Amino acid sequence: MIKEQILEKHTMAVLVDNEAGVLARVVGLFSGRGYNIESLTVSETEHQAHLSRITIVTNGTPMVITQIKAQLERMVPVHQVWDLTVEGPYIERELALVKVKGRGEMRVEALRLADAFKARVVDATIESFVFELTGKSRKIEQFIALMKPVGLVEVTRTGVVAIGRGSEGL
Amino acid sequence: MSQEMSGAQIVLKALVEQGVDTVFGYPGGATLPIYDELFQQNSIRHILVRHEQGAVHAAEGYARSTGKPGVVLVTSGPGATNTITGLVNALMDSTPIVCLTGQVHTHLIGNDAFQEADVVGITRPCTKHNYLVKQTNDLARVIHEAFYVAVNGRPGPVVVDIPKDVQIATGRYEGPSKTGHRSYKPRVKGDAQAIRDAVAMMQEAKKPILYTGGGVINSGPAASRLLRELVELTGFPITSTLMGLGAYPASGKNWLGMLGMHGTYEANMAMHDCDVMVCIGARFDDRITGLVEAFAPDARIIHVDIDPSSINKNIAVDLPIVGDVGHVLEEMVRIWRAKSGTDMEAQIAGWWKQIKGWRGRDCLSYTPLKDEIMPQLAIQRVMELSRGKDTYFTTEVGQHQMWAAQFLEFEEPNHWMTSGGLGTMGYGLPAAVGVQIAHPDALVIDIAGEASIQMTMQEVATAVQYRLPVKVFILNNRFMGMVRQWQELFHGSRYSQSYSETLPDFVKMAEAFGATGIRASKPEELDAAIQRMIDTDGPVIFDCVVHKVGNVYPMIPAGEPHNSMMLGTDAENLEPVGR
Ligand SMILES: Cc1ncc(C[n+]2csc(CCOP(=O)(O)OP(=O)(O)O)c2C)c(N)n1
Ligand SMILES: [Mg+2]
Repeated sequence: MIKEQILEKHTMAVLVDNEAGVLARVVGLFSGRGYNIESLTVSETEHQAHLSRITIVTNGTPMVITQIKAQLERMVPVHQVWDLTVEGPYIERELALVKVKGRGEMRVEALRLADAFKARVVDATIESFVFELTGKSRKIEQFIALMKPVGLVEVTRTGVVAIGRGSEGL
Repeated sequence: MSQEMSGAQIVLKALVEQGVDTVFGYPGGATLPIYDELFQQNSIRHILVRHEQGAVHAAEGYARSTGKPGVVLVTSGPGATNTITGLVNALMDSTPIVCLTGQVHTHLIGNDAFQEADVVGITRPCTKHNYLVKQTNDLARVIHEAFYVAVNGRPGPVVVDIPKDVQIATGRYEGPSKTGHRSYKPRVKGDAQAIRDAVAMMQEAKKPILYTGGGVINSGPAASRLLRELVELTGFPITSTLMGLGAYPASGKNWLGMLGMHGTYEANMAMHDCDVMVCIGARFDDRITGLVEAFAPDARIIHVDIDPSSINKNIAVDLPIVGDVGHVLEEMVRIWRAKSGTDMEAQIAGWWKQIKGWRGRDCLSYTPLKDEIMPQLAIQRVMELSRGKDTYFTTEVGQHQMWAAQFLEFEEPNHWMTSGGLGTMGYGLPAAVGVQIAHPDALVIDIAGEASIQMTMQEVATAVQYRLPVKVFILNNRFMGMVRQWQELFHGSRYSQSYSETLPDFVKMAEAFGATGIRASKPEELDAAIQRMIDTDGPVIFDCVVHKVGNVYPMIPAGEPHNSMMLGTDAENLEPVGR
């Protein structure tokens, strides 16, 4: 009998050496051990120190979440891992570029909705817009859903980045 | 002071500075510059194996029997891919290995060059860490770092992939870093409060048990001494995993034998019924826990491990202590001494009485046959006749391995090398080669099966070349016995592909290699033949023809709880026996 287990969603920040293969190691850990990745973003954050920051949104049982943190922490190029969900209030943001095609009423409606979501127009033709939108993943999903009936063509999203609230750094 | 030298020279200099005396390897195009340097020096001995898998297993045998990292040198492409089984074996059993692989020229990487393989890609999940060195100036630093990573924290294999042009070009040599590693800093000292809490919990126990593993051995000889002291102080019963045998002596009065799937009745029953379990350097592997939901239902569990990811992985524990086993044991012993007031002996007297009842089942007993050698008997006779010598045992994988674990008596750590986590057939012979290299005067015996030995038997040639007097003791049951046992028990005795239809004549094979071949098939000839094996000054292959269809008992079927064990005596009706 398989027991019902409650899955929790956690956002983790991982500070790693910016060296060849480090992302493959992290992704390999998740695929090799069967952990979930909802979102993963990475970029160099400290050029001088060769450090990159990876933000991972994952889900799992509480035991699996602790495992993921421990498994990340013992990787050689990993400096530190923070489970933001556990360690306190934090802000999560995602950026999306959304292409919409339409004329007349549809076009006006798309623009009105974009305005309500505080999306910026970053490209326009006679019959299309590209909107830039930042916010929580939920907000982006809502926006995309609303764009569907007014001519949604294409979406690209960065995935989640996150940072703790307040004056303290991690 | 930095010096300019070739990459190949840097490799050798770094190895020497790391205290390496032996490298196990096999040459090829992409390592020729390093082999050329090896040829021109005398500090490092190169042992030429016959297959790169053997090089890693030999290095593992060397490492496990000495506590020092084992070093491997192989060429690119097939040389590197042949090491995979060995690397994973070392990863699963936490053995420190530094494996240097040759790689094609840097400008050819990614072009499907001759003998190119993406070695860092392939070995990423097979190693603790790996490196591709693209600049000769980085070579020394990376090699020193590889040794640091291999031996610190939970030990493991590290691969350093070195393109040929990096070996040829000149660059700076630098010594090992004095400041440790910039990101990898494993915790060594256990949390002081947690250790005090652990001792308090242990002192409240009425049914305690110590469950120890390979981590005690890996921590070094001091950890084994401290473990013995802790057992003496507490009076607790102790059991161990396959990997931890020898940390506490088999002759010790608190010893319950090995636990797990083929562990003793008393060890498994005590694990099931205990109220406080102290797990030291073990990892609650599925071969140990059986059915997780039914594992030690009444126990509060303390878990000491250097690897935080081992904690709460399979079993949720009450009191985790992250740290090196040796350090934590030292603290436990110190605090116990300072705090002892309770009459522990009286407190756990009832528990011991219960354990003695379980011991009375004599779970390892078997019925000897008149005309045939029982495999258990053969191992008991090897044990008896090698007593008093400095004996190291290795094994292959299968029934013979489990019988060896059950019937050999380990008194010291680092004298038992077996493939635990991966269960690699073919491990034992090359591992024995590595052990014998490290301990030239010791008696080194590989307890083998006739199927396993054929996986790496070419290493007999290595033993002959270097005059290594390893003894390969084959329990020849003409079956992949462990496979046959599962087929008998769980697949209606349909022996699909598990019979060894055609076997080589192992005696002639030994002779063909230039070793000594011995055969025994009757109980009455066994002792003299074993004595001859031990007395032979050179490698021996012993073909011990045993009863074909013996089974290993006790057995907890996979996924069952500890108290539903099958014992040899009621094996016929296959009813699990509980209390
Ligand atoms: C490389 C490898 N392949 C397959 C297996 C699966 N396996 C486990 S035990 C065993 C049979 C071993 O036979 P033998 O060496 O004769 O030992 P016995 O069990 O008869 O003592 C097999 C095939 C394994 N452990 N390792
Ligand atoms: Mg066999």
